[in-house]
This record gives sequence, C-alpha cells and structure tokens, in this order.
Amino acid sequence: MATIAAVQPQPKKSGISNLIRRVRNGDEVAWAITLLFATSVLVITAMLIGELWIGSAASREKFGFGFLTSRLWNPVTDEFGAYPFLYGTVVTSGVALLISVPIGVGAAIFLAELASGKWSDGLTFLVELLASVPSVIYGLLAIFTVVPMMREYIGPGLKAVFGFLPLFQGPVYGVGYLTASIVLAIMIFPYIISVSREALLAVPREQREAALALGATKWESTWQIVVPFARLGIIGSIFLAFARALGETMAVTMVIGNDMSAHTSLLAPGNTIAAVLASEFNEATGKYYPSALIELGLVLFLLTLILNGLARLLILVTTNKGSARV
Amino acid sequence: MKRIVLAGTMLPLLFAGALSAADTINAAGATFPAPIYQKWFEEYKAKTGIQVNYQAVGSGAGIKQLTEGTVQFGASDVPMTDAQISAMKVKALHFPTVLGGVAVAYNVSGVATDLKLSGPTIAAVYMGTVTKWNDAKIAADNPGVKLPATDIVVVHRADGSGTSFIFTDYLSKVSPDWKTKVGAAASVSWPAGLGGQGNAGVAGLVKQTPGAIGYVELGYAIENKMTYADVKNSAGKFVKPTFESVTAAAAGMKEMPDDFRVSITDAPGAASYPISSFTWMLIPSQISDAGKKKAITDFLTWMLGDGQKDCQALGYSPLPAAVVAKEKKQIALVK
Amino acid sequence: MTARNIYRKSLNNLMLTLTGVCALVTVLVLFIILAYLVYNGATSVDPAFFTQLPKGTGEVGGGMANAILGSAEIVAIASAIGIPIGFFTGVYLSEWGGAAFSFVVRYMCDLLNGVPSIVIGIFAWIIIVRPMHQFSALAGGFALSLMLIPITAKSTEQFLVDIPRALREGSLALGATKWRTVASVVVPAARKGIMTGVILGVARVSGESAPLLFTSLNNQYWSTGLTEPTASLPVMIYSHAISPYDDWHRQAWAAGLVLLVLVLIANIAARLILTRGSSPARG
Repeated sequence: MATIAAVQPQPKKSGISNLIRRVRNGDEVAWAITLLFATSVLVITAMLIGELWIGSAASREKFGFGFLTSRLWNPVTDEFGAYPFLYGTVVTSGVALLISVPIGVGAAIFLAELASGKWSDGLTFLVELLASVPSVIYGLLAIFTVVPMMREYIGPGLKAVFGFLPLFQGPVYGVGYLTASIVLAIMIFPYIISVSREALLAVPREQREAALALGATKWESTWQIVVPFARLGIIGSIFLAFARALGETMAVTMVIGNDMSAHTSLLAPGNTIAAVLASEFNEATGKYYPSALIELGLVLFLLTLILNGLARLLILVTTNKGSARV
Repeated sequence: MKRIVLAGTMLPLLFAGALSAADTINAAGATFPAPIYQKWFEEYKAKTGIQVNYQAVGSGAGIKQLTEGTVQFGASDVPMTDAQISAMKVKALHFPTVLGGVAVAYNVSGVATDLKLSGPTIAAVYMGTVTKWNDAKIAADNPGVKLPATDIVVVHRADGSGTSFIFTDYLSKVSPDWKTKVGAAASVSWPAGLGGQGNAGVAGLVKQTPGAIGYVELGYAIENKMTYADVKNSAGKFVKPTFESVTAAAAGMKEMPDDFRVSITDAPGAASYPISSFTWMLIPSQISDAGKKKAITDFLTWMLGDGQKDCQALGYSPLPAAVVAKEKKQIALVK
Repeated sequence: MTARNIYRKSLNNLMLTLTGVCALVTVLVLFIILAYLVYNGATSVDPAFFTQLPKGTGEVGGGMANAILGSAEIVAIASAIGIPIGFFTGVYLSEWGGAAFSFVVRYMCDLLNGVPSIVIGIFAWIIIVRPMHQFSALAGGFALSLMLIPITAKSTEQFLVDIPRALREGSLALGATKWRTVASVVVPAARKGIMTGVILGVARVSGESAPLLFTSLNNQYWSTGLTEPTASLPVMIYSHAISPYDDWHRQAWAAGLVLLVLVLIANIAARLILTRGSSPARG
C-alpha cells in the first residue's frame, strides 16, 4: 500500500552545499543562462542608444537645436541642417497615412464586422502577406509602375484639377513626395488593418447587440458604437503605421528623387532622413559630416521611439478595456 | 532540421574561402571608371588569379573607405584635398589611370540635331534659372534650331561623386556666379534637381524622365545610347566628347605635378573637350601585407602597359606617354 | 417606411459596400504586386541566374549566384546569433521573470523592434565594421540578428505563456526540476508556435537591404570568407533596379521573384504549422 511519505522539511544545510545542490539541480544554471541572455538584450539596446549619442556629439555641440530648423546641408562648408529631411519624412509619412487610414480602417471594419470567420481570417492573412514583402521589392515595383503612372497620369491629372493649390504645382518628375507617399501607403496597409481589426474584434458582442436591439442599422451600430469603443486601438494602429513609415528606407530612396531641399509641392522631389542616411553614410568624412548623419539617425530613432511607445500604450489600453467590460 | 543542412553545406565553402583569402583585394571608389576597372580586374584575374573586388560606391565613399582602412585601395575622380590626406594614418599616392570625359546627356524629344550648350548656359540650368528647353539662353547657343517648350528636369548626383567634382569644377571656371554660389566639390548643395546614385543612377533617371538633363561619364552615355551635347570649349568651339577630344584636353596640360593632382577642365586647345579629367587610383604609400603589395604594384605596372589598350573600346582615353613614364617611377614609392 | 428610414437604410448599404470595396482594394493591391513580380520575374529567370557570377557594369548576362549564397550566409549568421538570444530571453520572460525586470526587458525588446533598419545598420557599422576595418558578412549578420532578437523573444514568450499552468504543475508534481519542466514539457508543447515565430522572423530579415549597405557591402565574386564583403540579394536588387541597364533590370526582377517566393513560402509554411498543429492537453 502506498503511503504518502510526509515531506520532511529539509534540515538546514550549509550555504555552500545548498548552493551546490541547487546548481546540480540545474535550475540555478538555467535561470542564470536565461537571465544572461535577457540582460544581453538590455546591454545591446543600451549600447545602441549610447553609440548614437556619442557618435552625434560633435554635431550636437556645433549646431545645437538649430540642427532641426536649418535648411542648409553643405558638406563642403560643414554646415548641416536637418529640416529638409525632417520635412520630407513627416510629409511622406503623413500623406501615406491620409491615403491608407480611410481605406485601411474601412477594410478592417469589413473584415471584423461583415466577413464571416473563415473569409475574415483568410483575407486578413493575405493582407498580412503584404507586410512580409521586402522593402526593396516595393521599391523595384514602384520604379517601373508607380513612377511612370505618376509622370503620365496621376501628376498631370492632379495638376489639372487641383493646380491652383501650391501643393500640386511645378513640373511632374515622376519621382517625388507623392510617389513615395503612395508606396508607403501600400506598405503600411497591413499594420492598420491587422491591428484595427483586432481592436474591433475585441469589442464585446453585447455592445453590438444592444445597438441592434435598439433599432440601429448595422452601419449605425458599427460606426457609432463599435468603432468609438475601439478607437484607442485604431489610433494605436495609426501611430504604429506612422512609426513604420517614418523609418522606411529602401522603397523611399528609390522613388523620392533625392533632392536636398524642402518643397511645398507634393509633386516635387525631396528626401527623408532614412533615404539620406542610405545615400551619404558610406562616404561621409571629416569631423562633422559623419556626426551630423548619426545625429539624423538619433532624431529618427527618437521619433519612432515616441510614436511606438504611444502606440503600444493605446493598444494595450484598448484590448484590456475591451475584455474588462462585461 | 533545415539549419543543420544549411550548416553542412556552408562549412566546406567556409574553409575553401579561408584558404584563398590572401588572393582577394578589396577596393572601392568612383563609378566614373568602374566599367574599365571591372574589365581590367577580370583580365588581371584571368592572367594571375588575383581577385580584386571593386565596389563602385562613388569617389567620396572610396576616399572614406580608404581612410578608415576598410579597403586596400581606393579610386576617385576628385583628387584628395590636403585636409583629407592629412587625416590619413598612411598617406595615399595618386595614380592616374585613364582619361575620361563627362557628357552632358539629355532626353528631349522634338530636337532634330545635337544640342550645343555653352558653359554659362549649363550653369544657369543647374542653378535653376533656366527652366525650359526653349529658353533664350539655349536658343542663343543653338541658332535656328526649333526647341520644344518642355520643362527641364535637372539630374545630379545624390552621392559624393568625383564626376560631380569634375562637372562643378568646370562650371566654376566658366561661371563666376556658380563659383560663388555653389562651388566645386564632390558633394555640393545643388540648387535644383533630382539626385541619382552613381553614374548609373543618373543615367537611369535621365533615360526614364522626359525633359531631363544630366552629367554622366562618356562611357555610360555611349553604352546607354543617350544623346549628349556639344559643349563650348575655351577656344569658343562647340566640341563633342569623343576619344580624340578628351585626349586633346590632356595634351594641353602644361606639366603634371609630382603628386599627380591636377585638373584639366576647360583645357586650352581648339579640339579639346572642356569637361575632361584624369581619374586616380589611391594607393596607400605603405602596404604591410607583402603579398597584397606585390599584387597591387604588379597590377599598376600592367595597368600602365597592356591595360591602357582597353580604353578606347569603353569610351575612355589612355594616359599621355609622359604621364605613364612619371607614374612608373611612383610605383617604387609604395613600400 | 419614412424618408428617414429609407435614408438610413441606403446609407447602411452604401457604407457597408464601401468597406467591402476597401478590403477588396487592399487584396487587389497584393495580387497586382504578386502578378507583376511573377510575370516580370518568371520571364527573367534563367539557369544562369542561379549559377553564374555577375558581369561588369552594363554587360549583358551573368547571374547572382554569389548573392544567393551570400544572403544565405548572412541570414545563417543572423539566425545563429539572434535565435538563441531571442529564444532564451523569451523563456526567461515567460518562466522566471520578475515583474519589474521583465517589464524593462520587454520594453527594450519593443524598442529594438521599432528601431529603423537603417539605424541598426549604422550601429553595426560603428561597433563591428569600424573596429575591424573591414566590411563583412559577420557585420551584416550581426545587424540582421538585432532585428531577429525581438521578434523571436516576443513570439517565444507569447507561445510559452499560452501553455496552461497545469502542465507545468503536473511535471513539477512528478518530481522534475523547473528547468527540466521547461525544457522537456513546456517548450515542446509550444514548439509549433515558437517555430512559426522564428520562421517568420528569419523570412523578414532575409529581405532587409538597408542594414547591409554599410555592413556587408557587396561583392563581384564569391566572398572568400565570413570576414569579407559579401553580395546579397536585397542589395543587388537595389543597385540593379536604379541602374539604366535593361539586362540589370531583368536580373533585378529575377532576384525579386526569388526573394519573394522564399518569403511567401516561409509565411505560408508558418501559417500551416500553426493551424494544422493543435496544442496538446488543453486546460
């Protein structure tokens, strides 16, 4: 007959042999190893921030905050200003959002509310495939499709209809801010759709049912009840997409025209921080040139850091909120 | 698992690789002479088995990589400045390799004959003051030619480029306005236009964009069957960049300085093409690895002899005999 | 029906149709991308592409054999560095993590994940290329591993946490030590999910081009070792796409197709693994 052996409290052993026993068990070792790896992530990230800070020191000292507002980028006279690139980065990403948010949120609504389970999952999978296409392939495609289309149809078309706005004046090159924005918009669709769809799905069923029970149409229920409920998550997805667009390098540098000034017209060529880093980093010599480029990298890093942080916060609040409500 | 298979195939290659590392030399620099350099390195590899991996990343990047020590030698169409040389731990020697011309290529439909452009006109175009192809300045250079009212799309280099230096050096000599406002360097603050990566990138943009004008090394313009302009030289004649006119530009040079850093833009002579230049290989004056040093010095000797024969076919001109003789003496300075 | 109700009903139909259109547009874009790439790529791929080295600037012919191998080498290095670090970090976060420290680690992972790939390239240049005085596959692999670590850590943690506590408790009750439990019970139970995360992560970094621009650079020939500049497919696509040569464009399409096919296979495989496999002993 099995007796349950009473678990005797272990007699207090001396520290060393206790340690040896635990080590022999393997638990301490496993804990130490995994802790080591986890710490290495901290160390690497800290090093990254540190190197960016140190590398940009010469430039930060020389230009101070004026770096962000100066429009002159002249490697010959060692005058560096980030404004044209900041402008280009924000404008291309911003216009990309303007294009992709309505379509993306619309698609997310469709996938969350209207499509049946299998269709919804399947189509979402396809949309997420867009996110796995490498950036350089988007660039390759854009050079041979979007650029000629812009030059021959979209650009002249916009000029004809909206030419009175300074936004659509000047010659149409094919490459430029708008072309880059279109490419970016396509690249960020999956982020908006996927996260917004999750946020919408997290809204409790009772909310929809209550609205429908009160006589609302499906659209009214969706637009006036469900979407506001999920709005923090949707906004979070927008921040996420924005952060992603800001950091995009290859596709942008292939279609933005690499012009070193800021232009008002969307049809004009320009540059973004990521694109200028890709073009010039390999050749920067001297004391200030490489430092200015690293400072650009630091600025970009901080921008994406803030946006990503906000995004995660918003998404976290929404998904918790959704499941907390009864 | 996938990774085991992958590792298994990788290992023998890694070992094979390690054995022949001594025979590889890494170099980086100008896109201007890249076609002929790559041909040379192919021929040289067939002849001696030595592999030179040349990356055409632009003169600016070539100088930087050499200074940082990430390549064994560099290549540039812009001679290094005194400041750049003093920043190097091991001083670099300039070895001219070929002569080349910078063609002003354009993509304009509706123009029957080859365009003629004078220096000040080109400067005005690149400064953004001349914006249409039928502008008065261009019409003045081309009397009697019907010009369309298309917008001019200016294309320049986005990266640090020796070709840019040659072009802006020429513009600084013929346009005082350009000299004060922009200046001559590998990387300038371009007043207008799109930027392309490398000579290839500029050629690509000009080819694809109607109304575009861009400066590319002659070989690229020929290879891509582009139309390019006749440029007015210092004697007042409009000259097309050709083998003969580029060679004539070097003939007008007085005396090659001892460090081989010289500019021959806007050269004297009725037949000279005004936007011509030498291009240099930047060789460290001290190379610690004896095997690599021998490979490089042997290559230089070969390049100054048999290598020069490849020039004409690819759109370059060979070095004048006096320069070759002087350079052969400099090879001995590589320790 | 009142006028207002008619209005509401029509608005309902209109808006819902519009959302359907939006979804259609996105899926259509994907298909156009794939179709265009497949068409141009399929007509461009030839056996030479896989077996020959690139020819000089502007010359016709040749292939990207060295870039295919180079990409494989770089991704292998990235995996060798990034997967273990990410995996064990994920294990730590799931099994051992204290609340505060785990929060910090998770935050740092998220941070690393959000760093633009070009900035990762700059970092790798500073700490590997510059001291080594050499562009190398190692530097490129290191840069890519930095992108792989957060992806792997996150998915590892996510799938380990999903394993019900009862499984762990059962194993411990049988006398196994904690590490034994994790290694022999919990991780195998979550292996499908973890593998999925790893496959997707590797697929993602194998298409990255920006971090390689300043780390592995490029190479005309076979790279003779891991500490030499190495050709890679994404960098080749970039340099060939912006060139004026038609044959280089053709090769860029071929390379794009090869890259995309690999990425798509990885994604579909990951999806299949996840949906076909069912976690044992739920609840």
